[in-house]
Amino acid sequence: MELDGNAIAGQLHEIFGTEMTTAVGTCAACGATAQVAETVVYLDAPGTVVRCRSCLGLLMVITTIRDMNCVDLGGLASLEAIPAT
Amino acid sequence: MTAVTSETRAVRTIALDLPEWPGHRAGQHLDVRLTAEDGYRAERSYSIASAPGEPPAITVERLDDGEVSPYLTDELRPGDQIEVRGPIGGYFVWEARNDFSPLMLVAGGSGIVPLRSILRHRERCASSVPVRLLYSARSLADVIYRAELDGQSDGVEVIYTLTREQPEGWTGHTGRVDGALLAEVAWPPDRLPLSFICGPTPFVEAVAAGLVGLDYPPAQVKTERFGATGGR
Repeated sequence: MELDGNAIAGQLHEIFGTEMTTAVGTCAACGATAQVAETVVYLDAPGTVVRCRSCLGLLMVITTIRDMNCVDLGGLASLEAIPAT
Repeated sequence: MTAVTSETRAVRTIALDLPEWPGHRAGQHLDVRLTAEDGYRAERSYSIASAPGEPPAITVERLDDGEVSPYLTDELRPGDQIEVRGPIGGYFVWEARNDFSPLMLVAGGSGIVPLRSILRHRERCASSVPVRLLYSARSLADVIYRAELDGQSDGVEVIYTLTREQPEGWTGHTGRVDGALLAEVAWPPDRLPLSFICGPTPFVEAVAAGLVGLDYPPAQVKTERFGATGGR
């Protein structure tokens, strides 16, 4: 099922310790920048899969095994959280 | 859990008493985690239905094959405890200080929930921001918060479109939200509207494309998609 980055706000908050849906990511494949909330997210893949809305390139994969989160950010050239206001 | 309100045949609003709740912003959500006796866990995200400053409440649509929603809508009783994480999210959020832009709210089905929080927040802040809410529901009986929405006044215009079934004599809109309906009811782009669209993924994609087609700047079109998981 295709969703968006709002769906993983809680998961990302747990991993990064801060609100991440307004963080700005840059796709390593096409260079598009977008807020995490705007990305394409699949929750029912094996693990959570985050793709670029512009080129559908893979940005992020999160798998949780025995309460441990494995986060692969290999598809992101950068990911910048906005400090809480 | 302190109280449950029946909204439609399949939808309940569940009020929560969370002593350590830090307060939420309009449009945020929370995650509910259920743990079975054998340790199996299921987690779902639900939009917060109440305004900032009000006790947190979520509105849940029961999905017959759902893992979490039937428990929340049918089993949970006042006084029962559930595990909650939140408030969550900072993107699909409206601050009353955005006072210059009229609001274009577009809901598909239970996508109305975070928009209701925004409407209540606007009212509690005595904001004068003009609002148009376009709400797509299957039938009038499926409209959530109907009494509250019908009671809106001063600057809030509520427009329904009923996609499957219309009551006799219905003179409102019918069918899915498309470019023609948006062109008719959405604020003209020169009013610099800020829009929030929440609903199932295909609905959100169609409405967002429609608004951008009316020359809404994409950055002013906030989207939140949910699936048939009883939440996001």
